[in-house]
Amino acid sequence: MLYALLGGFGVAALAPWLHQLFGRHSGWALALWPATLFIYFSGFLAGVNDGPVLLQHNWIPSLGIQLSFMVDGLSLLFALLISGIGIFIVAFAGRYLEGHRDLGRFYAILLAFMASMLGLVLSDNLIALFVFWELTSITSYLLIGFNHEDAAARRSALQGLFVTVGGGLALMTGLIMLAMVGGSYELSSLLNQGDVIREHALYAPMLWLILLGAFTKSAQFPFHFWLPNAMAAPTPVSAYLHSATMVKAGVYLLARLNPALGGTELWLTVLGSVGAITLFIGIWLALRSTGIKKVLAYSTVMALGTLTMLIGLGTPLAVTAAMAFLLAHSLYKGALFMVAGIIDHETGSKDLRDTGGLFRAMPITAVVAGIAALSLAGVIPMFGFVAKELLFDAALKNAASWILALVIAGTIMTVAVGALIGFLPWYGAPVKTKKQPHEPAPALLAGPVVLALLGLGFGIAAPWVDRMLLGAAATAVAGVPVDYPVSLWHGFNTPLLLSIISLIAGLLLYRWRQHFHHHTRFTEVLARTGPERGYDLVMAWLIKVSAWQTGFFQSGYLRYYLLIILLTFMALVWTVLLLYWPALSFGIHLQGIQLHEYVLVFVLMAAAVAAARTDSRLGAVASLGAVGFTVALLYVMFSAPDLGITQVLVETLTVILLVLVLFRLPKFLRLTSTALRLRDVLVASAVGITMTCLLLFAADARLYESISHWHVAQSVPSGYGRNIVNVILVDFRALDTLGEIFVLALAATGVLAMIRLRAEDKRK
Amino acid sequence: MSMPNRPDSLILRVTGHFLLPLLIMFSLFLLLRGHNEPGGGFIGGLVASAAIALHLFFTSVQSARRLIWVDPRDLIGWGLCIAIASGLFGMFSGLPFLGALWVELSVPIFGMLKVGTPLLFDIGVYLVVIGTVLNILLALAEAEDA
Repeated sequence: MLYALLGGFGVAALAPWLHQLFGRHSGWALALWPATLFIYFSGFLAGVNDGPVLLQHNWIPSLGIQLSFMVDGLSLLFALLISGIGIFIVAFAGRYLEGHRDLGRFYAILLAFMASMLGLVLSDNLIALFVFWELTSITSYLLIGFNHEDAAARRSALQGLFVTVGGGLALMTGLIMLAMVGGSYELSSLLNQGDVIREHALYAPMLWLILLGAFTKSAQFPFHFWLPNAMAAPTPVSAYLHSATMVKAGVYLLARLNPALGGTELWLTVLGSVGAITLFIGIWLALRSTGIKKVLAYSTVMALGTLTMLIGLGTPLAVTAAMAFLLAHSLYKGALFMVAGIIDHETGSKDLRDTGGLFRAMPITAVVAGIAALSLAGVIPMFGFVAKELLFDAALKNAASWILALVIAGTIMTVAVGALIGFLPWYGAPVKTKKQPHEPAPALLAGPVVLALLGLGFGIAAPWVDRMLLGAAATAVAGVPVDYPVSLWHGFNTPLLLSIISLIAGLLLYRWRQHFHHHTRFTEVLARTGPERGYDLVMAWLIKVSAWQTGFFQSGYLRYYLLIILLTFMALVWTVLLLYWPALSFGIHLQGIQLHEYVLVFVLMAAAVAAARTDSRLGAVASLGAVGFTVALLYVMFSAPDLGITQVLVETLTVILLVLVLFRLPKFLRLTSTALRLRDVLVASAVGITMTCLLLFAADARLYESISHWHVAQSVPSGYGRNIVNVILVDFRALDTLGEIFVLALAATGVLAMIRLRAEDKRK
Repeated sequence: MSMPNRPDSLILRVTGHFLLPLLIMFSLFLLLRGHNEPGGGFIGGLVASAAIALHLFFTSVQSARRLIWVDPRDLIGWGLCIAIASGLFGMFSGLPFLGALWVELSVPIFGMLKVGTPLLFDIGVYLVVIGTVLNILLALAEAEDA
């Protein structure tokens, strides 16, 4: 299992090289990897009805983070969809983007996405799940922005990233709360803790945070706007990420957590209403769009809303309907998106208005599109019909009447959208297209054909599909055994009547769609003031605030940087000191100080005052040097020879550095007013007092025994060194030293860059 | 060559020539004995840098660059790599990152010597310190010449 998942990242890393190796057949060659995974996951089918399979690997055991995996009906359904559809997507991409200069990179990101998505649906550990969740967001960002020279694509990619990662942040908080309440990071044990979790005081905030993550990822209203914009991605990506897999991650999470979080009034209300609203708005916008991919994208929003609503209802019937709808949607939507890609690839048209009469040029594609569109519309004997019957049944029996009304209205419009995709480009008067259309290559056609035919076959063999996988998936979602009979024919009943009505009404709507568009113009105003406008406002505000704060803090003047750092330091120190004021004591112990020590301190202070007051630069350097060497002497007296040596050497090198720059500095001038100098004196004195107080408090408040004894005792036995300072530097606290030398290296690079830039400026 | 108005001092040149190898050897000595006596990579690195700075004063930037025969920037890179690599040894033996490993070697003349990954780490620190100081010094001196 570990190899199956992490191997995906390995294959992704090798993909550009494999692409070079196989040339124009690289699509098929790389499709072998998802094919292998598909066969591997099919092996779990036999045991899926016997309960979940758990596999565990240690990752960060000290934090309770495991790479643990759970294979049950739900995760297996997703894993099979991801790897199965992945086969055709990779092959499709190989031909669709043939000759593209970045195809190798495309493969790499696509395969990395596949591995992340599989990790997401198979993870048993919440943290691992979250890591994979964010990986899918990042790979999705890279794929939407694949045509990175196009500003619109970059904008859409960023939008998708911000919305999903913003939700991800909420999700992480929610998941941590869930783990705290449930007492475990493992889903397999959390799912049995449902009663404890639902009773807990943190239930509502936790639920809202998790829902925020799931809703943004699955493009639920009001976050639905990023998904249609994500269609800037190459079509294989839209087909894969933004219809069949990634956007369903949010739905997956809801389904997965249903046994732990579901069944409450809040759950039912929020999921039911958000899902129903999303459903309606999605299909409404789909019907009003003309871009082929936009129509499909909005109908995906509809499907995601339907799934959310069904999971919200949570009854055995509703979750069975959800799983059936999920499978049906992945099949027909994957096929239709690839068909949209074919139309684009073969004719150069991306808009429904630029197509027509393509049946004559590409009959196979037209038939395949027709079959998939029938499944979308939910016409017997497609699997989409089975799913729609279940949806009606669940809505009739379990949902509030306004939700049922939205479902029926949505279904009518879905039929019209199906007709839009299944009829419009293929029949009627031929439209002149940019390219001479002809039947596409097998690599392009394979996916739509197989997926569309599976939609037909699964419809006929619905009870078999249910027995093999759907039943187990529904059981996993419900948390109790679900055995709802799924079949193509349920007899003459209300759902069938609704199906027939919606079919007829939908076809009528398709016939009169111009009138529909004309009479619904007023909604365009809403679109302009919709949630996407809100996103734009937030982004504009974000940029304004960052510009302001960068301008404020990064003034470019060393004195202001110093001022800000020192003031922040004082504010933080005093906040803590005042918070713990009663526990602090202040002791000044003057006994035992020798005369020569007093002398040294006096010299030190005198030199410091001289450095601050002098009018000559050389004098300042000399005074500072006196300060440094006196400190070195103090180190030596308090038996810290290493520190003393270091101090002396640093002082020496400082002098060397100053010699190099001294003659190039401008004349020693007084640039600031007296008031400003007074301010600097105040700040400097305050920092000095703060530091003194801090040290005095620290010296008097020893809560734990000093660690120096341990260092002294352990230096020789476990550090093999008598120089404790060095043993601490290179052994006990070596990680700190490593960090420090990195800082040193960075500083050197920065100084070098500054000196070089200045030298270049001068040359010009 | 060289800095403007630089006095050509015979004494500086002669003592410098004698001091350079001595100082470099002294810096290595400080580096190696650091684990038991005052010294170590940081101090050793500073001494070596000071030695080369001395050389810089009585010759030229080019000569100083020739003397260290690698770019000081590379020294920083190598130092960081060595320090990180020294931490990996422990990981392969089940210790955490930067966990110390020691071996006892018997070397003729010196007798038994304990050699461990902390020494390697200290060498990394030594190189980073030399690289950093020389980087800045040489760049400043070059800006001076330009």
